[in-house]
Amino acid sequence: MSAVIDEDPRVNGIKTKIRVVPDFPKPGIMFQDITTLLLDPKAFKDTVDLFVERYKGRNISVVAGIEARGFIFGPPIALAIGAKFVPLRKPKKLPGEVISEEYTLEYGSDCLEMHVGAVDKGECALVVDDLIATGGTLCAAMNLLERAGAEVVECACLIELPELKASHLLPYHGYPLLGRDRLHGKPLYVLVEYL
Amino acid sequence: MFAAENGLKGDPRLEAISQAIRVVPHFPKKGIMFQDITTLLLDHKAFQDTVDIFVDRYRNMDISVVAGIEARGFMFGPSIALAIGAKFVPLRKPKKLPGKVICEEYELEYGTDCLEMQVDAVQPGDRALIVDDLVATGGTLSAAIRLLGKRMGAQVVECGCVVGLPEVKGQCRLNGKPVYILVEPREIDNCRHADISSEFLNVQCSG
Repeated sequence: MSAVIDEDPRVNGIKTKIRVVPDFPKPGIMFQDITTLLLDPKAFKDTVDLFVERYKGRNISVVAGIEARGFIFGPPIALAIGAKFVPLRKPKKLPGEVISEEYTLEYGSDCLEMHVGAVDKGECALVVDDLIATGGTLCAAMNLLERAGAEVVECACLIELPELKASHLLPYHGYPLLGRDRLHGKPLYVLVEYL
Repeated sequence: MFAAENGLKGDPRLEAISQAIRVVPHFPKKGIMFQDITTLLLDHKAFQDTVDIFVDRYRNMDISVVAGIEARGFMFGPSIALAIGAKFVPLRKPKKLPGKVICEEYELEYGTDCLEMQVDAVQPGDRALIVDDLVATGGTLSAAIRLLGKRMGAQVVECGCVVGLPEVKGQCRLNGKPVYILVEPREIDNCRHADISSEFLNVQCSG
């Protein structure tokens, strides 16, 4: 589901602050750059507020953020809703005991890690990242949390890219102009969609 | 300068913050007592207190920019920026930031690395706070100070770190800029590794 449908007046202000950088990191890719949003304190605050308003009071005790841009949005949300923040990281960055989940890239694969003991069985979790494209990284994140016994309540992203609409990961296809409602059976909430 | 020497002597929040940080011996390599702040992030009150202490210090200093160093600086910087109404600027490893960037090289134990910032992020006249989880040698922070100050003409007001080595006590400055630190590193966690001597306390890698 998308906040665009709710027509919250803050969403348009947020959308206009996201800069599109063509041909980054390689030719053909239109990169959705959220750093320009971070340069606007009101738009950045509105972004966090929209998520906080949605998730406060829903018994979410864990906010997991995906390295590295998920680390920018996740902690302010976690602090505001009274949850702990858990960083999900590229391999070998987290010290101590970790669990690891592999996921496929366009070419090859990568791995996402989470600390053992960060999350307790039965905890309700929110996953946060700046953007969802194919959903591969988000699925890996959800798997990590579920392997630790947590229940993923929702995945929250600022931006959704069109790839997801045609992705084989999704149980539902062909919703015109709407954000994906479900990612592997889990609800997905995005603020801004790009067609 | 340490918080305890600058107005927060005996503040119980500092002890709780210190205790919430886990020490992981021999990470990323033998001899390093890694100060793991992820356990601090699991303690909502201690994490909130950490942010609050920085916010209380900086809210009336007219800070217009908070720059956070990838990646653990991203975990603290944005919350501070939001609370004081400043913009947040990520300082990143090479090739991560799109658009036009400037780059500052800094020394590692073996070799060098680079810190990048987007050119339109900061203007001359901006008053900046630089945030990271920990300061050890100060190499990364010095590169950040050069990026914002020397290269972009902003005024770096201070560097704020959760953990800092005792070398930075007193009036110690980095590139002429003050460094404000909440707690010192701890050596051993729960005495499980009592055989490890304190002389193994050493510098740790950037995050």
